[in-house]
Amino acid sequence: MASLSDNFNSPSPSSQIQILNINWFQKQPHGNDEVSLTMNITADLQSLFTWNTKQVFVFLAAEYETLKNSLNQVSLWDAIIPTKEHAKFWVQTANKYRFVDQGSNLRGKEFNLTLHWHVMPKTGKMFVDKLVMSGFRLPEEYR
Amino acid sequence: MGWIGDTVDSIKSIQIRQLLTQAVSLGMIVTSALIIWKALMCITGSESPVVVVLSGSMEPGFKRGDILFLHMSKDPIRAGEIVVFNIDGREIPIVHRVIKVHERQDTGEVEVLTKGDNNYGDDRLLYAQGQLWLQRHHIMGRAVGFLPYVGWVTIIMTEKPIIKYILIGALGLLVITSKD
Repeated sequence: MASLSDNFNSPSPSSQIQILNINWFQKQPHGNDEVSLTMNITADLQSLFTWNTKQVFVFLAAEYETLKNSLNQVSLWDAIIPTKEHAKFWVQTANKYRFVDQGSNLRGKEFNLTLHWHVMPKTGKMFVDKLVMSGFRLPEEYR
Repeated sequence: MGWIGDTVDSIKSIQIRQLLTQAVSLGMIVTSALIIWKALMCITGSESPVVVVLSGSMEPGFKRGDILFLHMSKDPIRAGEIVVFNIDGREIPIVHRVIKVHERQDTGEVEVLTKGDNNYGDDRLLYAQGQLWLQRHHIMGRAVGFLPYVGWVTIIMTEKPIIKYILIGALGLLVITSKD
């Protein structure tokens, strides 16, 4: 019941991602490619908050396709936004979780960076949405 | 002395009848609860349509004692979803978020990695020996909604079973002593 009013909220979130640096890019001993990168993440998610919002869980996932896997989603960074005031932010960070492929397919790989958010209510139904930012590409060679 | 025997017999028969009526009422209550539970299982497509949050690993989103409503659809599992899963050899299901997904081109099967929002590391430490990923068959449902605090009743009854016995005793007493 509480989250019925949430349905009337029409949010307008925005975000921008910049990859500042590829820190390193290797094939690990177990045979899987791994990359470490530093990014600038800017976002304004203030419009997602309603009176019934407890927190917003936001995460940035690298999404790409390989011959073996139709979809790979790797979370690179996440944060918990407790209040509306915290929902407009700028963060410069290396990837929090390891960006590892199942295999060795990352050289020259094109990928999307998708910002996902989960709005967790004080009571009731959770709302989920995302913003896809495409056009990113990993280096052709290891470094 | 025959009439004493008759009176005793008639008293006994009333008591037995009352007792049987009470037993049937109790049985009906228990059966209705079971029917509702099974119906919920059918509607939500999940083996366990409601779970109680037992640990603090998803705080501040979910706290110990919250109840989660689960739903399991055929939709593919995607990053960010909060799933409830069982580890082989462990009885208690875990409620954490999916942080990595690898879906196979050929079979459509999926391998996922989960992590509690409030934990430092991912769940590989919790998985079985040598297990790196969860597959669909490990996952019981997705959390789609929740109610705070309501689950404390279950936690208290599990951790302090004496309360469960007192409650059942009191319920039994109520049923027996109520006159309808």
